[in-house]
Amino acid sequence: MKKGILLIGLMIAAVSSLFIGVHSIPITDLFHLNVQQEFILWQTRIPRTVSLMIAGATASVSGLIMQHLTQNKFVSPTTVGTMDSARLGILVTMLYFPTASILTRSVVAFIFALTGTLLFMWLLQKMSLKNPIMVPLLGIMFGNVIGSFVTFIAYKKQLIQNISTWLEGNFATVTKGDYELIYLSVPLLIVAYLYAYPLTVSGLGEDLAINLGLNYRLVQLIGMTIVALASSVTLVTVGTLPFLGIIIPNIISVYYGDQMKETLAITAVAGSLFLILCDIIARVVIFPYEVSVSLIVSILGSLIFIYLLWKGVNK
Amino acid sequence: MYIQNVSKTYRQKEVVQEVNLKLSEHKLTAFIGPNGAGKSTLLSMMSRLLEKDCGDIYISGNEITTFKSKELAKKLAILKQSNQIDLVLTVRELVSFGRFPYSQGRLTEEDHRLIEEALHYLGLDNLADRQINELSGGQLQRVYIAMILAQDTDYILLDEPLNNLDMSYAAQLMKVLRRLVDEKGKTVVIVLHDINFASSYADEIVAMKAGQVVYHDITEQVIQKPVLDELYEMNIQVCELAGKRFCLYFNE
Ligand SMILES: Nc1ncnc2c1ncn2[C@@H]1O[C@H](COP(=O)(O)OP(=O)(O)O)[C@@H](O)[C@H]1O
Ligand SMILES: [Mg+2]
Repeated sequence: MKKGILLIGLMIAAVSSLFIGVHSIPITDLFHLNVQQEFILWQTRIPRTVSLMIAGATASVSGLIMQHLTQNKFVSPTTVGTMDSARLGILVTMLYFPTASILTRSVVAFIFALTGTLLFMWLLQKMSLKNPIMVPLLGIMFGNVIGSFVTFIAYKKQLIQNISTWLEGNFATVTKGDYELIYLSVPLLIVAYLYAYPLTVSGLGEDLAINLGLNYRLVQLIGMTIVALASSVTLVTVGTLPFLGIIIPNIISVYYGDQMKETLAITAVAGSLFLILCDIIARVVIFPYEVSVSLIVSILGSLIFIYLLWKGVNK
Repeated sequence: MYIQNVSKTYRQKEVVQEVNLKLSEHKLTAFIGPNGAGKSTLLSMMSRLLEKDCGDIYISGNEITTFKSKELAKKLAILKQSNQIDLVLTVRELVSFGRFPYSQGRLTEEDHRLIEEALHYLGLDNLADRQINELSGGQLQRVYIAMILAQDTDYILLDEPLNNLDMSYAAQLMKVLRRLVDEKGKTVVIVLHDINFASSYADEIVAMKAGQVVYHDITEQVIQKPVLDELYEMNIQVCELAGKRFCLYFNE
């Protein structure tokens, strides 16, 4: 599998994604679109495709970083409570600052996400689990505790409708003017790339990393901050995308190894490609209606995840 | 390297008790002693992996806590007893991490030269492009040591590095360490399980028991029946063969 092929695949998928939808916009009309077609293209199609690309890249790179930080391949922001904590943050803004802007929401979500992630890392250190399968299990339990708390409060305060829209990723509602915050992930991905080598060194484990002169605590904190910020931004703009952060880095690692400097870009590309393909499936499977992309991601993702787990256990 | 009044307590149990040591520069010093004596704990404190409760440790005249992380990593390298890496990396990639303190990942010509040299020193030329998760325990151990070597430090601390090695590689590694001391003037501190390796290759021996240093002397002075019997609380035969002392320690 060549890196170039993935990149070309992504470009083809992205362009196709622009021209699939209820309103037919044939690619052959590209240079003489009528007013309505042009409006749809700029108002919804381009925002949707762009946010899919960014969200896919962000989710898989966040997973990659979490895996290095925890030294565990089956961990991602959706399985260690980062996402659930961010959701708790959003609930808090709904309760106490109902008129808060999307930016304020993201900031509060970020604070909660980072705190939740730090708490999980602290738990992990305290428990010093020997079995690698226990780490994601602990994370999922931890996330579920926070998630149930969110559901409980939301239910009591009759916010359950509002909060459930944050539960699953949804790109159908992405329109010009309310998704641009997701662009913030792009500089975050660049920062992640700049820290790729130190992050890989921290993935060697605390003792080896310190022996190599790495400021282990600082690099861990930087990694978690990147992940928490990226997760919050994705959550408030499009919602949660399960499994992406685990399966994409694991597949890429099989072909290209774990030197993050070498694999970060291709992990991002593969994440975008996977998500755009899932979205295309979601849009055509019951055409002219569409199912939520999260559903497709969950079905494909969980199958691949179980396969990876099974392979991991039998190694 | 000076160690002054260094102690470490875990839950009221003093596992290292006011240790005072002066380790000779450009020598190979072996730490021996029964399990739980505090050897690993002391090494971890010497390399700042573990905070000491009290006392001072000096290398090249400076207390280790005054060093910046990167500066210390250029002076002193440590390989702990067990290392677990669950990453898909090639042997060369892992050894390249040894250059991190110098180049932060942007490898220079000089870095590449030292990486190849380290690979060659440990006989890893043929394995350089293999994945580390495909290696045997002993091969992996040599890769770690090559990484430490690529770090090019004056002080090298190794905690039971022979554990996964068969006799031939264990002997080879000890010869490599001897060469590092004799040819490159490095100071090597190594925890050894097997006192015969200490007896054959070390310049000096530190014997530890119950958190204390009970002997520290040149090898010939420590490899003596009364010393070893007391240290390990068993009956050890010391015999001489081809000018070297050997110990027989099978309980009858
Ligand atoms: N993290 C720890 N917590 C509590 N006790 C510890 C810890 N690490 C080591 N010890 C105890 O300290 C003592 C010395 O251990 P160690 O330095 O590993 O000995 P050695 O390397 O000589 O076998 C042992 O009794 C061990 O149980
Ligand atoms: Mg030990």
